[in-house]
Amino acid sequence: MDLDLTPDEQRFRDEFRAWLKDNVFPAKSHDELKRWQRTLFDGGWAGISWPKQYGGRGATLMQQAIFQEELALADAPHLIGTIGLSLVGPTIIAMGTDEQKSRYLSKILSGEEIWCQGFSEPNAGSDLAALGTRALRDGDDFVVNGQKIWTSFAHIGDWCLLLVRTDFEAPKHKGITCLLVDMHSPGVSVRPLRMMSGDAGFNEVFFENVRVPASQVLGKVNEGWTTAITALMNERANLGTGVQVIFRRNLNALIARARSMNRTADPIVRQKLAQAYLELEILRLNTNRALTSLSKSGVPGPEGSTLKLYWSEMNQRTQQTAQEVLGPHAQLSDFDGGMWQYSYLRARGNTIEAGTSEIQRNIIAERVLGLPKSY
Amino acid sequence: MDFDLSKPQKLLKQSAREFLSRECPPERVRAAMATETADDRALFSAAADQGWTALIIPETYGGLGLGVVELAVVAEEMGRACMPGPLFATMCATAAIVHAGTEEQKRRWLEPIAAGEMRATVALGQEFVLDAGVADLVLRFTDRGVEEVDAASIVRTPSIDETRKLYSLGGAAGFSPPGFGGLKPTAPQDVATVALCAEMVGGMQWILDATVEYAKTRQQFGRVIGSFQAIQHQCADMLLLTESARSAMYYAAWAGGALATSIAKAYCSDACREVANRGVQVHGGIGFTWEHDLQLYYRRAKASETMFGDATFHRERIASLIVDPVEVMTPTT
Repeated sequence: MDLDLTPDEQRFRDEFRAWLKDNVFPAKSHDELKRWQRTLFDGGWAGISWPKQYGGRGATLMQQAIFQEELALADAPHLIGTIGLSLVGPTIIAMGTDEQKSRYLSKILSGEEIWCQGFSEPNAGSDLAALGTRALRDGDDFVVNGQKIWTSFAHIGDWCLLLVRTDFEAPKHKGITCLLVDMHSPGVSVRPLRMMSGDAGFNEVFFENVRVPASQVLGKVNEGWTTAITALMNERANLGTGVQVIFRRNLNALIARARSMNRTADPIVRQKLAQAYLELEILRLNTNRALTSLSKSGVPGPEGSTLKLYWSEMNQRTQQTAQEVLGPHAQLSDFDGGMWQYSYLRARGNTIEAGTSEIQRNIIAERVLGLPKSY
Repeated sequence: MDFDLSKPQKLLKQSAREFLSRECPPERVRAAMATETADDRALFSAAADQGWTALIIPETYGGLGLGVVELAVVAEEMGRACMPGPLFATMCATAAIVHAGTEEQKRRWLEPIAAGEMRATVALGQEFVLDAGVADLVLRFTDRGVEEVDAASIVRTPSIDETRKLYSLGGAAGFSPPGFGGLKPTAPQDVATVALCAEMVGGMQWILDATVEYAKTRQQFGRVIGSFQAIQHQCADMLLLTESARSAMYYAAWAGGALATSIAKAYCSDACREVANRGVQVHGGIGFTWEHDLQLYYRRAKASETMFGDATFHRERIASLIVDPVEVMTPTT
């Protein structure tokens, strides 16, 4: 057991921290966010987990965690191309043809092309394999009809990693195909969905006779479930190392606010702030244990589920604490720029997005504890 | 960074588990519990022969010179076995002497403790002390270190966990603070507190294992109850609580210090009670019986929850470290 960074890890942190100090800038608009990713790309810091031959940095899991932490500590803007960087790119690297790799990968890295992930549907949420968007072969093309939902970045997306049903007779997992779809194709329409928090981050996407060349299949026809699992494993292998630093900043701001409002002498407030602090610290420790285990096994296991379950419920408790500590001010749209109202509302989605808490508990029960499947 | 036990630490854990499953089965725990002192001398001696009283004692005093992580590894297994008697108290007292004793005290006490010839204990606050009736040395913390307590004033006080007996120092009645000398940042009690957390994690692991095993075999409505999500989700939460407690505990063992220790104890205190409650709930009626060994762990969990400060106490200690200073302490990976 050695919880210090190795000299290599420390060097990596120092190098990236120094680079951030010179290069980070505030970005909010679409163009600014694209420029931010381009800046990272030019500095050699985009897609750090990707193998070097594809323009990545071949970073270890620990380095990836450090990278996420440093981004958050530097208050860096979010990565507008995150779906491409963390999910689509690694999946294309794993399953794509040489043509697909050379066509898409560098534009994912530079942020020139933004990707979204067309997985969930109105009737296929937790039970993703029940998806019903259809693709019928017509000459050299597939013709796609159907609807996706909760699709982050679709409103600004250039491309979509889309799961469709191509075999209607096969068992539900065996008739799915993964397509790389141009979001600017005729027949694609996007309707932004506003979240409770006011964000317009995700969307409904409608496909009406959208023609997709057969060369755009990622992996094999009717074997899209394997592709989807590869993508989701890559997503889960991220382990949310970035969120903990965002939570840390939020909590630091809460403690500072509690001080400035003279709330920190109240023993109940102190108890609640300490509880929020210790739970967040344990998130960091759980994450580091998961990183160690993942680094050794090389195979993403159920670690992602336990961490997701922990941080999503933790953040909801912490946001409730913020509401109690700051009182009615926390609800105001112009108090601290509305951040407490926002983070309270946004946290509500945490236990639903990327696998509900109930699904995570099912996964833990089955895959960690060895209990029988319940559905 | 490597947040996992090293190979020697894993071997230590393995040998501790084998030793305890051989030497400390539940029948032996219950037999000790039924006596006036819960002191099974043969068990204590056998554990001392394993080097368990010598773990963190420096080699110059006849010990093994190992660290707090190794102490935690053994304590975790002791907790899993619900080991009775004064070994745990002796470990706590040893930590107190190693970290707060004078040179003279170390020379006088550490060698016989390491050899398994002296059993010791340290007061939990101003009022209570574990296993004092069978300890050769009863200590308490002072502002500057540790001092011996006059044994004449000590009386047995039956309490919730009868696998190790509680004694009263005859101190002032009323609320008894945990005895951390205020909220001092480098309290010598921290090592003993981490050892207690390790024991609690071991207890949680036993409860989790027993509960999952029960859920896999107990049938109702023609199915094993572990196939119902209501039961699965209880078990999943128990796992998360246990593993989170383990993360906090091993970090505190490795890093030391008031903040890490109080984080571990605050979390373990709540998690241990929660895991014990859910374990009994999943077991149903059988879990509420005297015959079922769960009750041993349920009682131990409650006793440990308050020992060396409950969650409320440790949260206040955390608050004093992170809310009061102007700069918030921000650990990073």
